[in-house]
Amino acid sequence: MQRFYFDHNATTPVSPEALEAMLPALTEVYGNASSIHHFGQAARYQLDAARKQLADVLGAASPEEIVFTSGGTESDNLGILGASRGGHVITTVIEHPAVLQAAGKLNGWSCVPVGASGVVDPEEIRKAIKPETTLISVMHANNELGTIQPIAEIARIAKDAGVAFHSDGVQALGKIPVNVAELGVSLYTVSGHKIGAPKGIGALYVRKGTKLFARQFGGRHERERRAGTENVPGAIAFARAAQWVAEHGVAEGQRLAALRDRLEQAVLARIPHAYVNAAGSPRVPNTTNIRFDGIDSDALLIALDLRGFAVSSGAACSSGAPEPSHVLMAIGLTREQSRSSIRFSLGRSNDAAQVDALVDALVESVTHLRKLSPAYV
Amino acid sequence: MSKGPIAVAMSGGVDSSVVAGLLRAQGENVVGMTMQLWNQRRLPEIQTDHPTGRCCSLDDVYDARGVAQLLGIPYYVLNFEDRFEQQVVKPFVSEYLAGRTPIPCTLCNNFIKFDQFLDMASGIGAERIATGHYAQIRHNAETGRWEMLRGVDHTKDQTYFLFGLTQDQLARTMFPLGGMQKVDVRALAEELKIPIAQKPDSQEICFVPNGDYAGFIDAYMKEQGLTREQASGELVTPEGEVLGEHKGAHHFTVGQRRGLGVAAGEPLYVISTDTATQRVTIGRNEDLLRDTMQVGDINWISIAEPSEPIRAEVKIRNRHNAAPATITPLTDGLVEVKFDEPQRAVTPGQAAVFYRGEVVLGGGWIG
Repeated sequence: MQRFYFDHNATTPVSPEALEAMLPALTEVYGNASSIHHFGQAARYQLDAARKQLADVLGAASPEEIVFTSGGTESDNLGILGASRGGHVITTVIEHPAVLQAAGKLNGWSCVPVGASGVVDPEEIRKAIKPETTLISVMHANNELGTIQPIAEIARIAKDAGVAFHSDGVQALGKIPVNVAELGVSLYTVSGHKIGAPKGIGALYVRKGTKLFARQFGGRHERERRAGTENVPGAIAFARAAQWVAEHGVAEGQRLAALRDRLEQAVLARIPHAYVNAAGSPRVPNTTNIRFDGIDSDALLIALDLRGFAVSSGAACSSGAPEPSHVLMAIGLTREQSRSSIRFSLGRSNDAAQVDALVDALVESVTHLRKLSPAYV
Repeated sequence: MSKGPIAVAMSGGVDSSVVAGLLRAQGENVVGMTMQLWNQRRLPEIQTDHPTGRCCSLDDVYDARGVAQLLGIPYYVLNFEDRFEQQVVKPFVSEYLAGRTPIPCTLCNNFIKFDQFLDMASGIGAERIATGHYAQIRHNAETGRWEMLRGVDHTKDQTYFLFGLTQDQLARTMFPLGGMQKVDVRALAEELKIPIAQKPDSQEICFVPNGDYAGFIDAYMKEQGLTREQASGELVTPEGEVLGEHKGAHHFTVGQRRGLGVAAGEPLYVISTDTATQRVTIGRNEDLLRDTMQVGDINWISIAEPSEPIRAEVKIRNRHNAAPATITPLTDGLVEVKFDEPQRAVTPGQAAVFYRGEVVLGGGWIG
């Protein structure tokens, strides 16, 4: 069976450029970047080059502002637990669990609502600031809806209040332009495997002057901000994938937006009682979240998978049993509507023919499922 | 033409794993699915280190997924927690508080396994489902009915919990283990190289650790913010003599002998409980004997609803030896069951299942 992948917000295949770039670091330049000898120096040289490359792509002022981590979750945890300094933290309700669960460990935490748009109102953030607030964390693009948050505006509010500002950019990098200087953030999370690098590499941008305390301890790696032997092959791949984004991101974004629109238009035209969640909001080009009333999204997901199409419904918990999405509930969908929504996230491997095949499969599967819930025939 | 995929309900145990393996070996297109029914991390106060009878633990999901990988079949976890809580856990709690002895396995079969799971199977294009139940299904061409028979391994027979299956459900269901002995199922698991071949059988009610019903109810009500009315009352004899005090009638089950807190010259048993008055009546073994009962909400399986009295063997607990009786239809779908010999501990809220030899005629709820 031919299989098509429409779940690029979950992860992406390693891109040919990233793979090619990292291979020598797996077999030839294998030294520990902290070692004194030649092998170590060679690895260190490549790590520094990767750090510089990633810093440039992100618009950081210097490579020292990049802390390599194991991925998005670690970067979010480090940013929030490492920069909150015992104070009050503000997040939104639509953040990734890596942010929400970390914030939940703190003494003071406010969770700002978002409206039906799936976009937070910066004024709500401003109103939530207390004298003891030390950190604001708002994601750049939402993983489920694709909605883009007004990061630059919130950054100004944070700056005026003298509060550090972290943004989870895991779903933004590679989809929309990211420049940390222009955004005005103090901390910014990025993840390698969402843009064509392997799993296990991520980074936290830490603007110079932002106080950050380490959350894991050991050797004096990453300027004592993150202990642990550096993942040199991962860093090289991540930097190379980011470089590809810098060179091709705009064109690829336009291509994916056209495919996404093709998908949405065909679904809305051919399937009754289907709605695009947060349709009117600014969204990243590759993501669409569609609600099919009367359909159990788990059943639709499995039916599509058995036909060869990989999509997503909510975030999978550890057992693999999906829970109703906290993001969809946050934008005002009922539990049942949340359970009727499917996320499609496009990427480099997708083309128009695949989208058309997906739409055909959707029409057949939804029609079949609706026969079992006659309210929506 | 292919008959399409079969959805196998995989619990992570030996039986359902063997079902998946058997069907796969027969060349069927098998899709494995595990129902996540209850979050074991809820109710932390009743967690124990070595619980028996847990369902839906992560270990079970890992085991089921491991078997699916071994067999090379697609595998999914289904979140049925909402429905399970509404249709099984809440009725379990309210039945228990009302002084009846609930059997959630039957509710789970009626409302989850052979309802929501069957719907899910339809949704993904699987017209047939298979489970690891020890029971047999056959079609009777003469009557046009789907019949249910006891599992060949009588020690494992699960028909007592399956009496609610409708003709439509039976038509789409396969019980591949119904004709097998448990020892042979384990041997087959070894043969199919299923790594959990020696995993112990599950016991008790899956969501109640260690069979501690009262502990579960207390923890669940606390979580739900529900308070129970003052629950203490008197232990009395059938003649009304007060023998002692107790801390809630729901702690007692008809037929129970232990934990009465009353010393007597001969063994005493719970004869009946009344949660309205919080009276628990205790007495001698012969006080427990009854020869008639009414049964309602009947589902007829292997025969159509009778209009005349019929003879059958009737089982009033899973471990009860089916006893000969005459079943007489009353009005409103009720029947009266008159046993040839009085039976011990006829318990309201339990199921009564009617057999004729190996054949399950139907069943209902003791009123």
